[in-house]
Amino acid sequence: MSVDADTVRRVAKLARIALEEGRVQPMAEELNGILTWVEQLNAVDVAGVPPMTSVVKADLKRRADRVSDGGYAEDLMKNAPLAEDHFFVVPKVVE
Amino acid sequence: MSERPAKTIEGVTGAWEIVIGLEVHAQVSSKSKLFSGASTTFGGEPNAQVSLVDAAMPGMLPVINEFCVEQAVRTGLGLAAQINLHSVFDRKNYFYPDLPAGYQISQYKQPIVGEGTVLVDLPKGETIAVGIERLHLEQDAGKSLHDQHPSYSYVDLNRSGIALMEIVSKPDMRSAEEAAAYLKKLRALLRYLGTCDGNMEEGSMRADVNVSVRRPGGPLGTRCEIKNVNSMRFVAQAIEYEARRQVDIIEGGGAIHQETRLFDAKKGETRSMRSKEEAHDYRYFPDPDLLPLELDPQWIETIRESLPELPDAKKARFIEAYGLSPYDAGVLAGEIETAAYFEAVAEGRDAKLAANWVMGELFGVLNREGLDIEASPVKPERLGALIDLIADETISGRIAKDVFAIMCETGEEPAAIVEAKGLRQVTDTGAITAAIEAVIAANPGQVEALKKKPKLIGWFVGQVMAKTGGKANPQAVNALLKERLGPLDEG
Amino acid sequence: MSTLTDLTLAEARDKLKAREISARELTDAHLTAIEKARPLNAFITETPEKARAMADQADKRLAEGVAGPLEGVPLAIKDLFCTEGVQTTAASHILQGFVPTYESTVTKNLWHAGAVLLGKTNLDEFAMGSSNETSYFGPVISPWRRTGDPTPLVPGGSSGGSAAAVAAGLALGATGTDTGGSIRQPAAVAGICGLKPTYGRCSRWGIVAFASSLDQAGPMARTVGDCAILLKAMASHDAKDSTSLNVGVPDYEKSVRAGVKGLRIGIPKEVRGEGLSAEIAALWDKGAEWLKAQGAEIVEVSLKHAHHALPAYYIVAPAEASSNLARYDGVRYGLRVPGDDITQTYENTRAAGFGREVQRRILIGTYVLSAGYYDAYYLRAQKIRTLIARDFEEAFKGCDLILTPTTPGPAFAIGAKTSDPVEMYLNDVFTVTVNLAGLPGMSVPAGLTGDGLPLGLQLIGKPFDEETIFRAAGAIEEAAQFTARPGDWWSTS
Repeated sequence: MSVDADTVRRVAKLARIALEEGRVQPMAEELNGILTWVEQLNAVDVAGVPPMTSVVKADLKRRADRVSDGGYAEDLMKNAPLAEDHFFVVPKVVE
Repeated sequence: MSERPAKTIEGVTGAWEIVIGLEVHAQVSSKSKLFSGASTTFGGEPNAQVSLVDAAMPGMLPVINEFCVEQAVRTGLGLAAQINLHSVFDRKNYFYPDLPAGYQISQYKQPIVGEGTVLVDLPKGETIAVGIERLHLEQDAGKSLHDQHPSYSYVDLNRSGIALMEIVSKPDMRSAEEAAAYLKKLRALLRYLGTCDGNMEEGSMRADVNVSVRRPGGPLGTRCEIKNVNSMRFVAQAIEYEARRQVDIIEGGGAIHQETRLFDAKKGETRSMRSKEEAHDYRYFPDPDLLPLELDPQWIETIRESLPELPDAKKARFIEAYGLSPYDAGVLAGEIETAAYFEAVAEGRDAKLAANWVMGELFGVLNREGLDIEASPVKPERLGALIDLIADETISGRIAKDVFAIMCETGEEPAAIVEAKGLRQVTDTGAITAAIEAVIAANPGQVEALKKKPKLIGWFVGQVMAKTGGKANPQAVNALLKERLGPLDEG
Repeated sequence: MSTLTDLTLAEARDKLKAREISARELTDAHLTAIEKARPLNAFITETPEKARAMADQADKRLAEGVAGPLEGVPLAIKDLFCTEGVQTTAASHILQGFVPTYESTVTKNLWHAGAVLLGKTNLDEFAMGSSNETSYFGPVISPWRRTGDPTPLVPGGSSGGSAAAVAAGLALGATGTDTGGSIRQPAAVAGICGLKPTYGRCSRWGIVAFASSLDQAGPMARTVGDCAILLKAMASHDAKDSTSLNVGVPDYEKSVRAGVKGLRIGIPKEVRGEGLSAEIAALWDKGAEWLKAQGAEIVEVSLKHAHHALPAYYIVAPAEASSNLARYDGVRYGLRVPGDDITQTYENTRAAGFGREVQRRILIGTYVLSAGYYDAYYLRAQKIRTLIARDFEEAFKGCDLILTPTTPGPAFAIGAKTSDPVEMYLNDVFTVTVNLAGLPGMSVPAGLTGDGLPLGLQLIGKPFDEETIFRAAGAIEEAAQFTARPGDWWSTS
C-alpha cells in the first residue's frame, strides 16, 4: 500500500489543505515512511478480536431534554474572522 | 394485500417500471438539540439558538439528549421495526460552512432501529407494504443564506445539531402516487407518535428520493438521488420528471450515471448538483467522544406500552366498532387530529351519522376555507350537539345543514340557533294534517296519478315539507300522508 | 533567586494558610522568575495582571478564612486548556488570537480551589510532538543542559512549556495533557513528576482536542505530593463530558507516604527485552530494588502486544486528530486566509494555519480513514488496542502496579530528531501503551545520566487506582532522593 503523488493530492483535497506542488512528492515519501513502519501491525493475528470502542467501561451518559444553553450569538461572533448581524460570513457558496 | 397491478410508463421501446426508495429526514420533536442544550424552536434570531457545542468551539463535547433516543425508539416501534439494543454514533466527515465541526454525528453501520414495515393505503383502495431498511439518529446542519450578498454567504447555526431521524425505505415503491402515499402515511405515523411534527414547510420533514427505471421484472437500473424534496406534491413531480428523463436517456442509447440531483420546484425539473459531484469519502469512524448506546429491553417495553393507538389499529377499530366502510375509516383515521375530532363527535352518538357529518359538511367547509381541522370554526362538541338535535328529532337533517352553516358563520350553539330562528321541527300532527289537506286540495291531478304511480308519494312529501318551511318532521309527514291517501300498492 | 520559587506546592500552600507568606508576594516572585526566564520560551501568554488580581483575591479569602485547598498557589496552564478571556492557541497559528468566552472544566476546578493563573505554557502544536519543537511560537528550551555543554536541549513534549516552567521554578505546578506520553515524557526529561490519570478521571471539556479517545489532562509538579494535591483539585465528574466518569475523587495526598509494603510490582518481560540502553536498564533495576527494599514484591508480568502499541497509536491518534481538527476552517474563529471560493479559503487557511507536523498527521489520519483503507489501518489498530488492554487486564491479575522506564533516553538537542518523524515517535514507546488502554501512569524522577540529565521511571496502575500509583511514586521519590535542579543559566545569560 504505497502512497503516490496522486494519493497525496487526493488526501490533501479531502483534508482541505493546499499543498504546493513542490511538497507533494516529499509528503508522499514521509507518509510512506510512516505507513511502512505501521505495517508491522499486519503480522498481528486479530481474528475474532473486537475493535476497541471506548476504554471507559460505562453507559453512555444522557441528559434530560431541557433548554439549558444558547442565547449568546454576540459571544459566538467575538472570534469570527467575518461576521454581520450575528451571521458568520463566508465566501459565497455555490450549490 | 392484493397483488399490485403492474404500474409502468410507456417509452418508445416499450414499458418501463419505476423503482423508488425514500430517505426521509424527520426532525425529532424535542425541546433541545441532540447533543446540546440549545433550543430547537423554529424561526429564532440568527445564531441565538446555538451553544458552544453547536458552533464546534475548541474543546466542546457532545452529550446525548435522552428524550431524542426515546423518540427514535418510539418511532421504531411505530414502524414495527427491530430496535437495536446496541448502536454506535459515527462521525461523517466533510467540509461545509454550515457543518461547524467538519463532521456530522450520525449512525452508520449500527443504527438504533433496523428493519420494519409500513402499510400504505392507495387512493384506489389497495394497500401496499413498504419495507423500512433502517432508522438512525443524526444531527442536522445549519443553514447558509446565499442570496443576501453578491460575494458572501451568511451562516446561521440555529438548526445545527437538532436531532433528525433518517428513515430509509426499501426500494418498494413503483409510482409517484405510491411514493406520495407512503410519505403521507409516514408523516401521519410520526404525528400520531408525537415524534415529529411533520411540518414540511418549516423543514421538519425532508425527503431524498432515489429513482431508477427498469424493464418490468428486470434487473434494477442505476439510481439517481434527488435531494431535499420538501412537499408531497414535489415528491410526485420530481419522480415523474426523473423517471421520464431516465427513460429518454436510455432509449436514446445513453446510460444513467449515479448522481445526486436537485429538484427545481419552479421548473418542475431535476438537475445535476455539480458541487456534490466531487468524489465523496466521508471517512466514517465511531465518534470517540461518545460511548456506544446500550438500551435496556425493559425501557423499550415501557415505551411500547405507552404507544398511542396508531392509524392502522384505529382504522380497524373504526370498521369493527362503528361499522364504517374501510374507505371512511381510512380517511378518518388518516390524521391524528381528524381521528380525534371524529371520535369526539361519535362518542355516545350514531357513529355513521357522525362520520357522514365530518366527511360531508365539515370537510366541505374546511376545504372551502382552506382550514386544518384544528382550526375548524365548529368544535366537535358543537357538531355533536347538532347531531343530538337531529337524533332527538328537534330538527330534521335538512334543517341541520342550515343550522351548521350558521354555526360556521357565528360559532353559536346549535340549540340557540334553532330557538332563535324558530327552526324547531313541527311534530304537531294538526299542523301537518292541515298542510297535507292543503296540498291535496290544490293538486287533484297528482292525487289521481298517485294511484298508478305510488312513488309520487315522495313528491307529496316534498310539497308538504315546503309548505311547513322544511320544519315538519319528514317521518311524520310520510306516515300521515300514507294514512290520508290510503294504502298504496308499493309493488 | 527568591526562595519563594523553590518552595514545593505543599510547603507554599501551608505557608499561605499559616499566613507566613502572602499569595501576592508568592505570585510576584514567580512573575519575576517568568520574566527572567523568557529565553526558555516556556510561555506563549503571560498573564501578570490577572495573576496579581487573582492573588489579591486569594489573600482576601485567606484573611477571611474561607480559603480553598489551592488558595494563592500560582500555576502555569498548558495553552491547550481554554481560559475565559485569555488567549488560547494550542501553539498553532490557526488559533492565534483566539480568546475563549468559556473556561475548561479542569481550570475552572483549579480557580475554584483558589489557584492563581500565571500564564499559558508553550507546547507542541495541537500537542502533536515529543520535543516541543512543533510550536508555531517557537521551541521551548529546556532549563537542563548536559554537564559543561551549552547545547540547547528539548524539554520533551508536548507539555514542554509546562515541564520547563515547573523545572525552572517558574510555577509551583502546571497542567499538562497526555495523549501518548505528553505529560510523562517531558516530566521525565525535565526531572519533575507528571501524572496521566485514568481516562475519564479529568474532564476533557474545554481542552482543545487532539485524539479524543486518548487525551487526558493531568498534573505536573516537582514532587509526588504536589501532583497528588493538584490531581485532587483537577479531577471531577463532569456532566458535559460523556467520557468523564462519576467516581469518587480520594484524598491522594494521604497515599503518598502510605508505603508499598505488600504491593506487587510487575516488570513486563517483553518491554525489558527491547534494546534498552544500559543506563536505562540500570535505572529500571534500581527502581525495582528501591520498591523491594521498602517491602514490595517484584513479579514478572507479560505484555505480549506492548511493542505494537506505538504503530497502533500512530494510526488511531492521527485518525481522530484529522477529524477533530476539521473545525479549524476559518469560519467561526481563528485564522482565515481568503481564496476565490469557500473551498480555496479552507485550503489556504489550513495550509497557512497548521504547521508541518500537524499537516502530516492530518494527512495520515485522513488516509487511514479513507475508503478502502479503514479496515486495514484504523479497524486493525483498534483491534490491537483491545489486545493491549486485555494484556494489562491479565497482568493486573498478578500485580498491583507495573514499573517501566518513562523514556528510552534523556533529552536530546534541539533539531536532533526533526528530520525523521518515526525516530521522533519512538520517544513515546513506553508511554503510549498506557493511553491506548486508558490507564493511569506517572513519571517520577529517578536519577541523572552520566552527563547530568534527568531520567524518570514510570508507574502504571489499574483503572481509577491513582492512589496506589502515588504510594509507589512516593516510595521511589523517597529512595531516589532526587534533588537535582537545573542551573539558573537563563537569567544570567
